[in-house]
Amino acid sequence: MSGFFKSSIGRKVSMALSAFFLMFFLLQHLAINVLSVFSPDTFNEVSHFMGTNPVVQFALQPVLIFAVVFHFVMGFILELKNKKAQGVSYAKNNGAANSTWMSRNMIYSGITILAFIVLHFIDFWFPEINTKFIQGDWSGVMDGVDGYRYYEELVHKFVNPIRVAAYVVAFVFLGLHLAHGFTSAFQSVGANSLRKKLEKLGLAYSIIIPAGFIFIALYHHLNH
Amino acid sequence: MALDSKVPQGPLKDKWTDYKNKINLVNPANKRHIDVIVVGTGLAGGSASATLAELGYNVKSFAYQDSPRRAHSIAAQGGINAAKNYQGDGDSTYRLFYDTVKGGDYRSREANVYRLAEVSANIIDQCVAQGVPFARDYGGLLDNRSFGGVLVSRTFYAKGQTGQQLLLGAYSAMNRQIARGKIEMFNRHEMLDVVIVDGKARGIIARNLVTGEIERHSAHAVVIASGGYGNVYFLSTNAMGSNVTAGWKVHKKGAYFANPCYTQIHPTCIPRSGDYQSKLTLMSESLRNDGRIWVPKNMDDVMAIREGRKKPTDLSEEQRDYYLERRYPAFGNLVPRDVASRAAKERCDAGYGVNATGEAVYLDFASAITRYGKEQAKIQNINNPSDAKIYELGQKIVEAKYGNLFQMYEKIVDENPYETPMMIYPAVHYTMGGIWVDYNLMTTIPGCYAIGEANFSDHGANRLGASALMQGLADGYFVLPYTIGDYLADDIRTGKISTDSPEFEAAEKEVTDRIKFFINNKGTHSVDYYHKKLGKIMWDKCGMSRNKAGLEEAIEEISALRKDFWQNVLVPGTDTEYNEQLAKAGRVADFLELGELFAKDALVREESAGGHFREEYQTEEGEAKRLKEFQFVSAWEYKGEPKDAVLHKEELVYENIEVKERSYK
Amino acid sequence: MNLTLKIWRQKDSSTKGQMVDYKVTEISEHMSFLEMMDVLNEQLVNAGEEPVAFDHDCREGICGMCSMYINGEAHGPDRGVTTCQLHMRMFKDGDTITIEPFRAAAFPVIKDLVVDRSSFDRIQHAGGYISVNTSGNTQDANSIPISKHAADEAMDAATCIGCGACVATCKNSSAMLFVGAKVSQYALLPQGQVEAADRVQNMVAQMDLEGFGNCTNTGACEVECPKGISLDNIARMNRELMKANI
Repeated sequence: MSGFFKSSIGRKVSMALSAFFLMFFLLQHLAINVLSVFSPDTFNEVSHFMGTNPVVQFALQPVLIFAVVFHFVMGFILELKNKKAQGVSYAKNNGAANSTWMSRNMIYSGITILAFIVLHFIDFWFPEINTKFIQGDWSGVMDGVDGYRYYEELVHKFVNPIRVAAYVVAFVFLGLHLAHGFTSAFQSVGANSLRKKLEKLGLAYSIIIPAGFIFIALYHHLNH
Repeated sequence: MALDSKVPQGPLKDKWTDYKNKINLVNPANKRHIDVIVVGTGLAGGSASATLAELGYNVKSFAYQDSPRRAHSIAAQGGINAAKNYQGDGDSTYRLFYDTVKGGDYRSREANVYRLAEVSANIIDQCVAQGVPFARDYGGLLDNRSFGGVLVSRTFYAKGQTGQQLLLGAYSAMNRQIARGKIEMFNRHEMLDVVIVDGKARGIIARNLVTGEIERHSAHAVVIASGGYGNVYFLSTNAMGSNVTAGWKVHKKGAYFANPCYTQIHPTCIPRSGDYQSKLTLMSESLRNDGRIWVPKNMDDVMAIREGRKKPTDLSEEQRDYYLERRYPAFGNLVPRDVASRAAKERCDAGYGVNATGEAVYLDFASAITRYGKEQAKIQNINNPSDAKIYELGQKIVEAKYGNLFQMYEKIVDENPYETPMMIYPAVHYTMGGIWVDYNLMTTIPGCYAIGEANFSDHGANRLGASALMQGLADGYFVLPYTIGDYLADDIRTGKISTDSPEFEAAEKEVTDRIKFFINNKGTHSVDYYHKKLGKIMWDKCGMSRNKAGLEEAIEEISALRKDFWQNVLVPGTDTEYNEQLAKAGRVADFLELGELFAKDALVREESAGGHFREEYQTEEGEAKRLKEFQFVSAWEYKGEPKDAVLHKEELVYENIEVKERSYK
Repeated sequence: MNLTLKIWRQKDSSTKGQMVDYKVTEISEHMSFLEMMDVLNEQLVNAGEEPVAFDHDCREGICGMCSMYINGEAHGPDRGVTTCQLHMRMFKDGDTITIEPFRAAAFPVIKDLVVDRSSFDRIQHAGGYISVNTSGNTQDANSIPISKHAADEAMDAATCIGCGACVATCKNSSAMLFVGAKVSQYALLPQGQVEAADRVQNMVAQMDLEGFGNCTNTGACEVECPKGISLDNIARMNRELMKANI
């Protein structure tokens, strides 16, 4: 089995498996964040639950971190291997004739998403970790805010138009990444007939997820 | 040397079995010490290499292509015959044997053909076990089609790519042996001479086509499986690299060359479109089931079509000459290949050819489309269908039957054959002649064998459709592996053959000298210039119909052309690199000799038989006239110049079949 | 028509190559692309120059020998054809046509447009066969019925001509369409089942060893494949490999 994951196909299967997990994560992330638009209180409740539940914090969170790191590291490794496999490049190459821009540029959409994740970690994840694990504050409240602090923190981040713009750009790239990635993951695990059936769903997913996040960012920016 | 065909005694149906029971075998431990060289990796060479290696011999295989999988067997479309009688329509070994001998116009050897029919069923079993995806019916059993005018359905097929699938099967069997180290594969290598030591074939001289290096390879036996020589005509349906060199080299070293003039010219090929044309493409014979062949009746219409003033569809029925239906009312468009080809040539020679080169006739599907359309309208209960509706319904049926061929035609010619008739013209396709072999498939050089299209044995003067694949695989899988053991049994104590002997030295020097000559000649004309000229002489004078005067001229002209070639040929580049022109120069040099022997053979054969039509020997109706006194194989012995070649005759005896006349009226 | 050709010229595998411009005139639109190359070569030979080396043999789209990257596409701009079936009517008078060899680290250039595809053969040696001896006494061909559907699908996979267009066109130089087609052909037939697990593992291992890249499912191979081999074959190979490892 360890040999399997060293093979080219094993690696692409592992890319697909981590992708499935990340796509599921994105879905639930969006579902929770949307609450911030419709009901700040529910958003706070759910955020606090997720932020303090031991299963989420000590089981799912490490898996998520692993999946993110793995997906990026493996993505880069494969890209380097593929570059090497190419040898001399063509003087003239008409890639548009046979494949989509998205499928040919996963590495660039991926790098954009990586840059976004760094920003996103600085914005949210590092402060969270700092509050909970270094300062040991699991209360979910902060001075000057009634109830939980999560909604206030969220709104606060979207005041700066530059950050909002960066988020919007990143989400566009996320959409491009998903437009190829969603169906590609099914193909990689050998579910080709499912892939064909899910083509429309994949397209919808790759539009709705980023559009949802963009909507949330713009909503809070414009309303506060 | 007198020819001994070594056909075993006894009743026809027991010959092969009895023979196999009595031949010498080599024990498995000894096979490890015996080397066999196989030149060519098509159906015959590929299957022989794999089987000999399985048996335990050390096999060295040679291909000029970059992989064994690319040999030209891959281009065979229609199918492979086998007397399985899966359809229960009365097929049998005897019937396949009978059809093959009759189809060959009674010019093949009975015992060989019977053996071929006998092992044909094993071929299908073997190929299915290898994973060849033959077509199947809905019950999951193998499907058959009917082919080439025989009365049973015995042709197995894999879409229109039967040759490809069978070759990939043989290639896969080779791969298994290459992986085991039992076959050493030499791709991009060309055999340039055979080495004879003490009267036996003991090796070859080969050139590495990438580096130009000349290599010596020794073995206890040499098998020539290098295919046919149709490219002597320059234009043919053969691959660009197909050549006679391996066969011609063994001929020059003592192997007799049999029936060089027996060539199959296939009636349904896409016509030449201009002088730049490099090769011709075959369209499956099955098209004649539904296509009607015609040319305009009036010369005015011919000119109008050529100049683009009229379209073929503008001509009414009365203005068309369906010449096959006119001349052969009984068989119509379904006359055998040789008859259909000659009739097309006759019309075009009279000036009625319908394209710019004047060498094309129409193959028209309009009436088939209408007929099928009306039938479909009835089946679907459509009352008073419009012409357009009928056409639409009919087109669907024709598309289902021949869609891939129509598409191929459209890609090449850029005309839609559903809307305008196809243009076709005969083209050189297969050579029945080849190196003479006995019942063991051994040539007149001890230890040198010839199999597949490279030998002469099974098809007589005309080959039936779907029989070439059968013969290639029969020779390679089921015949040679037995017969070669009988010979090699004497070699178990010989030990490795040295490549340092004076014989290897001399053969290598001969090859090197010739290559140096080409490189240093710095003449004025390219190799293709000569090849095209030779092709034109062959086509005009040794083509579909031949006569004494023309053949005599051909001999003179080819001889003069050869002299010119050796003085003025221009080969660019060096001999220590990949140099296609250099490789081609050697091949054309051999074609220039073969071509003359070909014409000489055709001149000597004063009769018409199968693909060989002598204008002087025809019936009053213009059909081929076969003569009893020519019921023999012409086997030519090399004596320097082709004109000095000596004829040996192998009389053909028919004990199990009655020799009859063919008539298609 | 008159054309400008930009062609990759490279003396041998160890020499550096470069693009060289040539002009050809009076090219008929009915010519095949390789006949146009013949015209150029005849012109070069007569001028005492070295002709352009390129692979070709059957010239009817089945041997898989021809292999040119024309204007940025494997086998040129037409679909479902090999280079030898591409016709000049796809181009216009005055066009500039760029002609390069099939590129991949596993396909080193031998000379000009000729590349070494022996890596494909070695992958086949690793398992591209069913281990059956030629006895003449294998079981009767009809003893195992095979559904028409499976037989047709196996045939579709087996149609691969091994030209390497899939690798040449893939941005990752992946050989998975080629290997997937062979694995699929045998995986679909009962005769291939016995060795199925070993076959897919060995062939994939050899494919990796040869230095082919990883498939990222761009689908370019399927589009450029002259025989229309489907991406489904890659998915089937992925399944077969997973199955072999579980």
